[in-house]
Amino acid sequence: MTDTFRALLTGAAMFAAGSAGAAECIAPANPGGGWDFTCRQIGKIMYDIGEVDQPVQVTNTAGAGGGLAFQTVVNERNEDEDLIVAASVATVTRLAQNAYGGSTADQVRFVGAIGADPGVIVVAADSPFESLTDMLDAMKEDPSSVAFAGGSAAGGFDHLKVLQLAQAYGIEDLRSIKYIGVDGGADAITQTVGGFTQGMTGDMSEIVGFIESGEVRPLAVLSDERVEGFDIPTAIEQGVDMTGVNWRGLYVPGGISDERFQEWADKLRAVAESEEWQTAMTNNGLAPFTRVGDDFQSFVDESIESQAELSREIGLIQ
Amino acid sequence: MDILSNLALGFSVALSPWTLFLAVIGCFIGTIVGALPGLGPSNGVALLIPITFTMGLDATAALVLLTSVYYGAMYGGRISSILLNIPGDEPAMMTTLDGYPMARAGRAGDALVISGVASFVGALFATIALALVAPMLARVAYLFGPAEYFALYLLAFSTLGGIASKNQAKAALASAIGLGIAMIGLDNSSGFTRFTGGNLHLADGVDFLVAIVGLFAVSEVFVFIESHGKGSAIGVKLDRVTVPWREMWGTRWTMLRSSVLGFVAGVLPGAGASLGSFLTYMMEKSIAGAKGGFGTGVAKGVAAPEAGNNAAAGGALVPMLTLGVPGSGTTAVLLAVLMTLNITPGPTLFANNPEVVWGLIASLLIANFVLLAMNVPMVKVFVRVLSVPPQLLLPGVMMVSFVGIYSLTGSYFDLLLMVVFGIMGWLFRKLDIPTVPVILGILLGNAMENNLRRAMTLSDGDVTFLFSSGIAIGLWIAAVLGFVAPLFLRRIIRRPEVPDHAKPAD
Repeated sequence: MTDTFRALLTGAAMFAAGSAGAAECIAPANPGGGWDFTCRQIGKIMYDIGEVDQPVQVTNTAGAGGGLAFQTVVNERNEDEDLIVAASVATVTRLAQNAYGGSTADQVRFVGAIGADPGVIVVAADSPFESLTDMLDAMKEDPSSVAFAGGSAAGGFDHLKVLQLAQAYGIEDLRSIKYIGVDGGADAITQTVGGFTQGMTGDMSEIVGFIESGEVRPLAVLSDERVEGFDIPTAIEQGVDMTGVNWRGLYVPGGISDERFQEWADKLRAVAESEEWQTAMTNNGLAPFTRVGDDFQSFVDESIESQAELSREIGLIQ
Repeated sequence: MDILSNLALGFSVALSPWTLFLAVIGCFIGTIVGALPGLGPSNGVALLIPITFTMGLDATAALVLLTSVYYGAMYGGRISSILLNIPGDEPAMMTTLDGYPMARAGRAGDALVISGVASFVGALFATIALALVAPMLARVAYLFGPAEYFALYLLAFSTLGGIASKNQAKAALASAIGLGIAMIGLDNSSGFTRFTGGNLHLADGVDFLVAIVGLFAVSEVFVFIESHGKGSAIGVKLDRVTVPWREMWGTRWTMLRSSVLGFVAGVLPGAGASLGSFLTYMMEKSIAGAKGGFGTGVAKGVAAPEAGNNAAAGGALVPMLTLGVPGSGTTAVLLAVLMTLNITPGPTLFANNPEVVWGLIASLLIANFVLLAMNVPMVKVFVRVLSVPPQLLLPGVMMVSFVGIYSLTGSYFDLLLMVVFGIMGWLFRKLDIPTVPVILGILLGNAMENNLRRAMTLSDGDVTFLFSSGIAIGLWIAAVLGFVAPLFLRRIIRRPEVPDHAKPAD
């Protein structure tokens, strides 16, 4: 028992020691997820290419879909110049829907995104739908005839992607479109292959293994261009002007100086251009998507506005 | 002969001294983590993730280490269930029901040996089944939609009243409280949060580990303080460990039945080990009938849940490896590790990374034998951890509980919540309300509700959708029978008097 205690104490001591001087990256989720990956990979590469002097300390602050970390940063660490926080499209979706307990996007500064997981719409191999427009035509006739499964809760980004597609195709009755939120993309595929839902909405990285096995058929990838190595048409190619990518990026506390913000932006750009990051992206099914600095801030502002509008339309927020 | 050549490949990976060493270390850490209340398999595995990365382990080695911890924790959970009446982790909860009465009757050694062997049988069965039928079994998951899952959880709840040996109404009350607590947090079908009072700490709901540690471990401390150590569960001594061969032989069918049922429960995504141990206990209890004496400290009452939860642990690896769908909290963590190591679990894993899959299966087989050795002949080593004097042990348990829970979310709020649950557990004991149904309510309530809501979304609110498949109808019939049958049986068979030694000490 004493050994266990000693191990625990050593662990605690390591946590304490890590805070002195070194940069810290908060992953607002448990180890293993996308935000954790962002912190660990970007932190490691920043150190490897010499952008920071000491290894970046990764802290996992899980809870409320990133809301706990967001509030901690805003309320307790607003002027911490050595703090970066992992973010993705989910951060923006929740901010747009006011799901962070009253916190707003302007309380922090978005540094940039350096990679993205393109959205996809897939059907079971034996589905009658041959193309995205087949599916959308059926939905136009009867919006409730096609049910979707996705890995995020109702109102989450997987749900919004379907609604944005429908909206872009001129379907008006968005509320009638059926969506069930299950536990992750693989579960959503299981429900779709099992025939309980007609379509699955998710990210490219979630479906790669299933495409190879031939159990599902991707109808569209929601990026500007086709993903290299996969013969999947984009929604734009099929005449539906819509993109939806799950970007991976960072935000920093709102109270830091402009110089420091610029420094973080430069460091992030250096990571984006490094060979290590290219390898990490290929290995994890990410497509290039680099927007850093003020350019990214305006992208985030636009996303929040359009997602808030869509969420109002389906009655998720007032 | 595919299996043999695959296994040969697996053993060639697993039998290297380095992986073997990792398996032994993993088993040892796992058993301790499992035995300590507050640290369960999922945070045991989660805590080790940074270590595997720091050590730079490759995919196979990392998997071997982490799954050994996983299996080890499943074994270890029973030790504190039996000796302290505090489940070491949530699947070991059912083991307290008969394990602790056995220990009170001076048969702690027998209970540990029988449950250890049952764990071995369950885990061995599950590992072999994993090797033989994993790719085929994966298809079972395609048959389970929202309606079928709802009926499955309903089956669990409808048999819940049977847990209480004295007062069904109190068990029903306790499970209703559990269900109520499960409603707190994000509603997955609408995206809104419920009953959180605007507190972000409650947005993800109440973690059942917080509840279990509070209700069992923290409340134990309160009882201890109140009674100055007299009424506390702590202090059961383990004198000698002998193998009760005849009694163990008598549980052979229980172990086998429970292994099969537990494995199936594990394969269904989302159901997991807790449901496995619960269903197997209830199955064996109803097979044994009123004369079986379940709840009073019988060998079958520890053999069933332990075989069941260990088989379910193996079963949960099936959907994780073949579909990428985690079957339990711990496999969700393992899944994340695999993804970080660049291995995408899913239908192509067996074809693309055979050395990972078969190395894993081979090392699970090895780990299982290591664990049997650690948990039967050497069980005293782990018991010693728990058998220091209560005035030292209880602060220790408290400390591990706090550290364990803090490691889950890194938030002080869960610690406060845990203390609240401790007070609740103390009150419940005073009122003689069982706490196990509360945990099951929290554990299964969300999944049951989510599946009902999904079914209603898909069918536009058509209730007949819930009976739309053969599997669903079969589960409904079982659920109704499970609820109604005890009411009639009770009239026919008169309940035997509860033996003295089985009554709670307070």
